[in-house]
Amino acid sequence: MSEKVLMKGNDVIAEACIRAGCLHYFGYPITPQTEISHYLAKRLPELGGTFLQAESEIAAINMVYGASAVGARVMTSSSSPGISLKQEGFSYIAGAELPAVVIDVVRCGPGLGGILPGQCDYFQVTKGGGHGDYRNIVLAPNSVQELYELTVESFNLADKYRMLCMVMADGSMGQMMEAVQFKDKEDITVYDKPWATNGMGNRGHSNFITSVNVNPDELEKTNLRLQAKYRLVEKNEIRYEEINCENADIIVVSYGTTSRIIKNVIKKAKKIGINVGLFRPITLWPYPYEALAKHTDKVKAFLSVELSAGQMIEDVRLAVNGKSNCYFYGRMGGHIPAQQELLDEIIRILKKEDK
Amino acid sequence: MQYEIIIAGFGGQGVLSAGRLLVYAGMLEGKHVSWLPSYGPEMRGGTANCHVIISDEEVGSPILNFADIAICMNLPSFDKFETFVRDDGFILCDTSMVSSEKISETKRKVYGIDATTKAIELGNKAFANIFIIGKLLQITKILRPESIEKALYDVLPEKKHYLIPIEMEALKMGLSN
Amino acid sequence: MAKERLHPKSIQDKVWHYCPGCSHGIVHRIIGEVIDELNIQKSVIGIASVGCSYNNYEYFNFDVIQAAHGRAPAVATGVKRVLPNNVVFTYQGDGDLAAIGTAEIIHVAARGERLTTIFINNAIYGMTSGQMAPTTLPEQITKTTPVGRNTDYHGFPIRISEMLALQEGTAFVERVSTHDVKHIIKAKKAIKKAFMVQQAGLGFSLVEVLSTCPTNWGLTPLESQEWIKDHMIPYYGIGNLKGKDIKV
Repeated sequence: MSEKVLMKGNDVIAEACIRAGCLHYFGYPITPQTEISHYLAKRLPELGGTFLQAESEIAAINMVYGASAVGARVMTSSSSPGISLKQEGFSYIAGAELPAVVIDVVRCGPGLGGILPGQCDYFQVTKGGGHGDYRNIVLAPNSVQELYELTVESFNLADKYRMLCMVMADGSMGQMMEAVQFKDKEDITVYDKPWATNGMGNRGHSNFITSVNVNPDELEKTNLRLQAKYRLVEKNEIRYEEINCENADIIVVSYGTTSRIIKNVIKKAKKIGINVGLFRPITLWPYPYEALAKHTDKVKAFLSVELSAGQMIEDVRLAVNGKSNCYFYGRMGGHIPAQQELLDEIIRILKKEDK
Repeated sequence: MQYEIIIAGFGGQGVLSAGRLLVYAGMLEGKHVSWLPSYGPEMRGGTANCHVIISDEEVGSPILNFADIAICMNLPSFDKFETFVRDDGFILCDTSMVSSEKISETKRKVYGIDATTKAIELGNKAFANIFIIGKLLQITKILRPESIEKALYDVLPEKKHYLIPIEMEALKMGLSN
Repeated sequence: MAKERLHPKSIQDKVWHYCPGCSHGIVHRIIGEVIDELNIQKSVIGIASVGCSYNNYEYFNFDVIQAAHGRAPAVATGVKRVLPNNVVFTYQGDGDLAAIGTAEIIHVAARGERLTTIFINNAIYGMTSGQMAPTTLPEQITKTTPVGRNTDYHGFPIRISEMLALQEGTAFVERVSTHDVKHIIKAKKAIKKAFMVQQAGLGFSLVEVLSTCPTNWGLTPLESQEWIKDHMIPYYGIGNLKGKDIKV
């Protein structure tokens, strides 16, 4: 491991992209993730790669589609409204089974909304938005260090499963500086891509990349193959972190920035004799339903804390399956809940549950 | 121990770089640190600010709801962040930019240093933030001056290293003010 | 004595799914011949779009990527930036290129991407069964202009070639027709030159091919060829718009 350095989250994402062997980036500027493109605009051409500012988010994701189709590691990044525009491309990438990495530094919506941090696009990133039966892997780091590690990992996952892997951060994680320690050598798996349409060469046959098939039998077969792949991802790739969940009175389920606040709340609560646990999904899809469900018999309640009007709470309820009460606490518009605010909510819920 | 600090002022007064310098020095001392700038249109308008956390423990939210210390380098920042400070916290302000009348009106504890005036005397008003950091170190002992010096060498591009001895002079003046 | 079939290597030996009298088959064949003549079958990468030719990879015998509606130029950009030494072309119709994909095509031209676009202009939406296209002629009847395109109400046809020729990044533009053998030979020359301009790294090249759509025009194949001659050519004009003097 190298020395710790102090870096902005967005710069770390860009550095991680290079370290993962991704030399091609296509994007369109949007706050709060523009530093990613500033960093790559300087570095990628030096490394013989591509940095291209596209005419729109739609063009950018389709440039990613093209670069991926010919076998390159490729990435784009954006923020909420830009991700909305890219969703058509996500569906085509899923249909054509292309590996790609998309970074989403989430802001507040709906509409043009605001540029402050949000988690109001949980539905958008985990449940689709594009058309068709498809899934994207979604990783949700909660520190600049994890932003680095998971961005590198996202390229491996994308190549491994030939699918889109998203890293979902929020505005504050993109903008904040924290210490980060880079590895001397990255864990990069190089995958053969015999399917790539990089020119026939001496392959002996032509390749094509497509998501269209008007034959119902064949299209159903394609869908079944995709679903089998998604089941495999669910089996292999679920990640989560548990803190103080054994003997907890209440488990707070939270990811990204909000999960950091909960870590402080746990300490605060301990001082007044309340045992708060934190269950932090790191993969938002596939969601760690089973791991969360294991706690249903032991705790009085679950509380989902989000920077939204209540989106992940639906997955928490699916996991808990009616066996415990599930509560929600959220802030919107760019507000971040204070530790005391959350502790008060926890006390209120426990009083209600004790009655 | 955990210090939660907001640093605010006009763009160009070096409020963001002051914050970066503090967290870098904190990191060098093995502390947990985070730095979060105000971003977006605010960056271009007038006031800029950053949230700084220097802690012995893992940092929770990088976004502050309240601060232990508000460093106010101009009047609008003083007005805006006076109430952001916890009751047992304090405000540190550049008295070249915030009037003593204004300071006398607040219930919060206030420390002052005429950083901009002193910086101009030293030949460059861009050093005002270093005077402020010196004063902060004097009040809190939050970091060692040697760490600030090392951080300056790491953070500044090499072509600006010739300025560091002058900046360290400003830091010492702030420390002994 | 068995006749030798002069079949391009770059075209698969299959029956087209295109309607009788449709120009797609002619233009596919031209592209196949040009790729053979330039000896680039092993390196060329085609981008199929959305429209009747969405699955032209079923006929082409080289690598092809199927793109979302209008986005073929962006997909081609991604390909070309990764593989600058491969010849890359898009094959797009008038709905794909001149309506939903207008932004993408203008920007590849503005950037001077070393790409070639084959633009099929048949003045109508074929795949969706005959609605107005951006290139539908004034007074032309379509399913969505049942009493004819009224320019006051529906606006005017877009002259794509003229517009793209204005872009500094564009090196070569020619509008050609497929209504008779003489013009088909000219079309092939233009397409070959467009590919060669790309190979020479001179910038973006585009060939607009005035094409038939007998099914949706409600005409026989022969009448359709006449319709190009009598209606489309007088409105759009044919010939070179940029890069006539380039020697490649």
